[in-house]
Amino acid sequence: MAWRQLRRDFAAGELRILLGALVLAVLAVTAIGFVTDRAERALALEANRLLGGDAVVLGDTPLDGVVREAARAPGLRSTETQEMPSMIRVGDADDERLKFGELRALGEGFPLRGRFRVVDTVDGPERDAPGVPERGTVWLSRAGADALDAKLGDMIAIGESQLRLSALVVQEPDAAIDYFNIAPRVFLNLADLPATGLVQEGSRLRYRLVVAGEPDAVEGFIRTAREGLARGQRLETVKDARPEMRSALDRADRFLSLAALVSVVLAAVAVAMAARRHSARHLSSTAVMRCLGASQRTLVATHGGELLLLGLIASTIGVVLAFFMQWLVGNWLSGALKMNIPAAGWVPAVQGYGVGLVVLLTFGAPPILALRRVPALRVLRRDLDRTEPSSWLVGLAGVAGLAALLWWKAGSAKLGATMLLGIIATLGVLAALAWGLISVVRRLRSRLRGSLRYGLANVSRRAATSVAQVTALGLGLMALLLLTFVRTDLLDRWQVALAKEAPNRFIVNVQEDQQEPMRAFMAERGLPAPDLFPMVRGRLVAHNGEPVKAAPAEGEPRSEEERRGQRRRDREYNLSSAATLREDNRVTAGTFWGQQRPEKPELSVEEGFASSMGWKLGDRVAFDIAGQRLEATVTSLRKVEWESFRPNFIVLVSPGALAGYAASYITAMHVPPERTRFTSELVARFPNLSVVDVDALLKQARSTADQVSTVVEVVFYFSLLAGLLVLMAAVNASQDERLLEGGVMRVLGGSRRQLRLAQASEFAAIGLLSGLTAAAAASLLAGVIATQVFGLPWQADWRLVGVGGGLGVLAAVSAGMFATRRVLDAPPSVTLREVQG
Amino acid sequence: MPHDLAMHTKVQPDPQRLALQVSELGKRVSLPSGALTILDGVGFSISHGDTVAIVGASGSGKSTLLSLMAGLDTPSSGSVLLDGEPLSALDEDGRARVRGEKVGFVFQSFQLLPSLTALENVMLPLELRGDADVETPARAILAKVGLGERLGHYPRQLSGGEQQRVALARAFVTRPAVLFADEPTGNLDTRTGQAIVELLFSLNAETGTTLVLVTHDEHLAARCGRRLRLDGGRLVTGERQAS
Ligand SMILES: Nc1ncnc2c1ncn2[C@@H]1O[C@H](COP(=O)(O)OP(=O)(O)O)[C@@H](O)[C@H]1O
Ligand SMILES: [Mg+2]
Repeated sequence: MAWRQLRRDFAAGELRILLGALVLAVLAVTAIGFVTDRAERALALEANRLLGGDAVVLGDTPLDGVVREAARAPGLRSTETQEMPSMIRVGDADDERLKFGELRALGEGFPLRGRFRVVDTVDGPERDAPGVPERGTVWLSRAGADALDAKLGDMIAIGESQLRLSALVVQEPDAAIDYFNIAPRVFLNLADLPATGLVQEGSRLRYRLVVAGEPDAVEGFIRTAREGLARGQRLETVKDARPEMRSALDRADRFLSLAALVSVVLAAVAVAMAARRHSARHLSSTAVMRCLGASQRTLVATHGGELLLLGLIASTIGVVLAFFMQWLVGNWLSGALKMNIPAAGWVPAVQGYGVGLVVLLTFGAPPILALRRVPALRVLRRDLDRTEPSSWLVGLAGVAGLAALLWWKAGSAKLGATMLLGIIATLGVLAALAWGLISVVRRLRSRLRGSLRYGLANVSRRAATSVAQVTALGLGLMALLLLTFVRTDLLDRWQVALAKEAPNRFIVNVQEDQQEPMRAFMAERGLPAPDLFPMVRGRLVAHNGEPVKAAPAEGEPRSEEERRGQRRRDREYNLSSAATLREDNRVTAGTFWGQQRPEKPELSVEEGFASSMGWKLGDRVAFDIAGQRLEATVTSLRKVEWESFRPNFIVLVSPGALAGYAASYITAMHVPPERTRFTSELVARFPNLSVVDVDALLKQARSTADQVSTVVEVVFYFSLLAGLLVLMAAVNASQDERLLEGGVMRVLGGSRRQLRLAQASEFAAIGLLSGLTAAAAASLLAGVIATQVFGLPWQADWRLVGVGGGLGVLAAVSAGMFATRRVLDAPPSVTLREVQG
Repeated sequence: MPHDLAMHTKVQPDPQRLALQVSELGKRVSLPSGALTILDGVGFSISHGDTVAIVGASGSGKSTLLSLMAGLDTPSSGSVLLDGEPLSALDEDGRARVRGEKVGFVFQSFQLLPSLTALENVMLPLELRGDADVETPARAILAKVGLGERLGHYPRQLSGGEQQRVALARAFVTRPAVLFADEPTGNLDTRTGQAIVELLFSLNAETGTTLVLVTHDEHLAARCGRRLRLDGGRLVTGERQAS
């Protein structure tokens, strides 16, 4: 019965619009799902290059057992590195240079992802290193070579070995920014390590197992390794290793989720509108079936079954089309980004089906249930009042269905909940405003004439339809604008953080009395005066009067979080002091001391750190600084944007509190790339300074940010296009009444122009209302999402609301005019026949 | 000032011309199931002031013929001259202008605009052709069809009979040269239908409009001066009958 009904309706051309809307909706959700899924995985892969592999296990003891076993799984390659501190010696007895440095022995094949960038002379041209150092040779970090005054061909003494310097390393594939660690780094072949005689009982060796391969195999390895980790071992992810990359990647992920959510909202809108029309058009046939004795149950089974079949067919078409589409987009993207994009998974396809069926049934079922109540009389009198499906039922079912879908797609409870609340609030405001507009127009219309009166009268008279259209269009626009606003915020952020002028040198260990000469040195070279931040090293000794132990009393800390906390407790901290905060620091709780110098020492602590340490506002924390005790109260928590590439301190102390302690100063500055001699001149003038060159890291971060931005842009435009098409489908699905009335006006002698004016005025009113509301709602929601989900600062820009209003008018008028264009050129009898069916 | 409907007449029918001249009119449509001939070689003419009933079995092509004569549809072959205007030579907008100036149309299903009040529905054709005073004649004719008290009501607040009266008022308010009605009583019960027929003819008598209507209703057909019978898309008889 359902099948027959479907075939009949299809043959009659009845299903074109619903099918079209549904296919488009599933296509949009699935294609965006495919693209975001692939993009997400590609970014994770790409970002992991910053670790030298796809997954890394760190340990204090040789990495044997489960982890080593897991690394041998098919589809995986693995290698290892070992690191330890060591003395580095250059030159012969008369002219010996010695420095304490970091030794890194590289296993064959390292790095599995990324590469070393090396030069032959300190300011020579960069190139990719081939593999690892050959046996008998070493590489030195460029800064290290500078500091040790070592040249290519020099012999470097490491332990008992003499190794020849064969390259200077500019960039390590897996280097983190650690501007406090300025020791030279030396790289040698792992096979040369035993001969140095440095590996002995008790040497402080760190082992690193690096794994890479097919995404599935890597995911399998991570699962197995996580369970089989032994004492002193941990999994490292790019997010631990590179905090400055973490927020960029997290935000990109969240943006992709947002895009996916937006596609669901749009799909729901389109399908809801089409389902509404579908049920309206089935009223007559239902009445006939009632006359012929069909039971309510038969009716529901027939129409429900038809809907289900339709949903399956449309979803299949949508998923297949989406697959081809993402294939094209994926190929293009991988070419454009020069990065390896993993193949599409099957999850988005399942989600596509789910969305298609859930949305169709949520929005299609209530009207069908309402069909049961169609009186048989409807067959006799076409003019009988339509049985509008009880709108609250549609609304409730819709919101519930949407909620479930959003939850499923969001991946983050916060994002899902924010979106859901935003949508409900927007719907409420839209409906209220729509009713408001309707009553205003009702009052106004007697003053209007002709086409305008007719057009605006429609807005107020077709109240239910108008409200439905305003809310549908408004919600759709809101979703698209939201995506636009968040995208703009996001990209701006990255642009600012990684601007050309971002600091590329960290200068460490400036002494108290070197501050002025430093400033003079910069001024002589036309460089801006550096901001110098004092830095005092202190060890945490007590929290709220309780002594902090170096290690917990019993057992190993269990969770990763605890371990991180443990590592942090053991560390020495760089305490700094400041009277004001830069814009990359934001106070999130308590009050910052500002210009008033507090009488007693106060602390301002980074919020994530405070929570991992269990510190709260008002807590008292004590540090041991060179044997003296400093106790201070936590009076504010801060959020820090680490990707700003500037010196940032987890713990800030109020001005004056550090006065008695010996401080050194640190600064970050931008040195134009053509000033190749800057570092050597600076070091020549102030030999105690350490200059850390982060150009290479910046470049890496920039290239990742560029890739992330491109992905965000592509997904954005893709979603925008899909969204506009889906909105068109939604508007198109609600034009029957207008087509009918247009036909009648044509009969009465209305000209093209008059009809257009009437329709345009109606669409413009609907568009303006939904556009303005959508833009206001999107601005607010973007604000909430930007600050709460993306951790971005946000400022309301009400000009955007005007832009949104304009966009709404444009969208409604063009989509509406397009949908009703038939009525202009077709003879009225054709229009009337078609629409009445 | 008392309102005389004749004062608002814009287009006086030219007695020299025929109200309608239909020649060799054919309508074919192609359907998935094959080509369908709805009308085939229909020809006749109607003078100004005539009242003509088109009768025939359901599906014989009556509505199609009426649409073609009123310029609501385009023929596959042949031509229609409406008050001297060759409809096929005009584009859709040209036909709309002719309809606005010379044609009134009454549908079986009324086709009032649900978003407009009774008064506004009647004013609409006058507004569309750009009349300066649209309200006075609309009020006058609504009073004449007995709905003077229901001006502000919306179609859905009116009964079927009342809606059809509004439709009649809307059709007559422009003083059309030709008024077409497609089964104007088809959706109404007998008594209401009869009242509508009375109203139709009384308005017609007053304005001297040419009336072409499609009906199944023998009673209604009998009141017309002439009867055209269609059978399978062909004209069978065009006899003039005594009224
Ligand atoms: N545009 C069209 N497409 C398909 N069939 C049509 C079309 N117009 C009319 N018909 C068919 O032509 C025949 C005559 O229609 P119609 O003129 O409405 O008949 P009547 O009004 O005499 O009942 C009917 O079978 C109808 O279904
Ligand atoms: Mg008919």
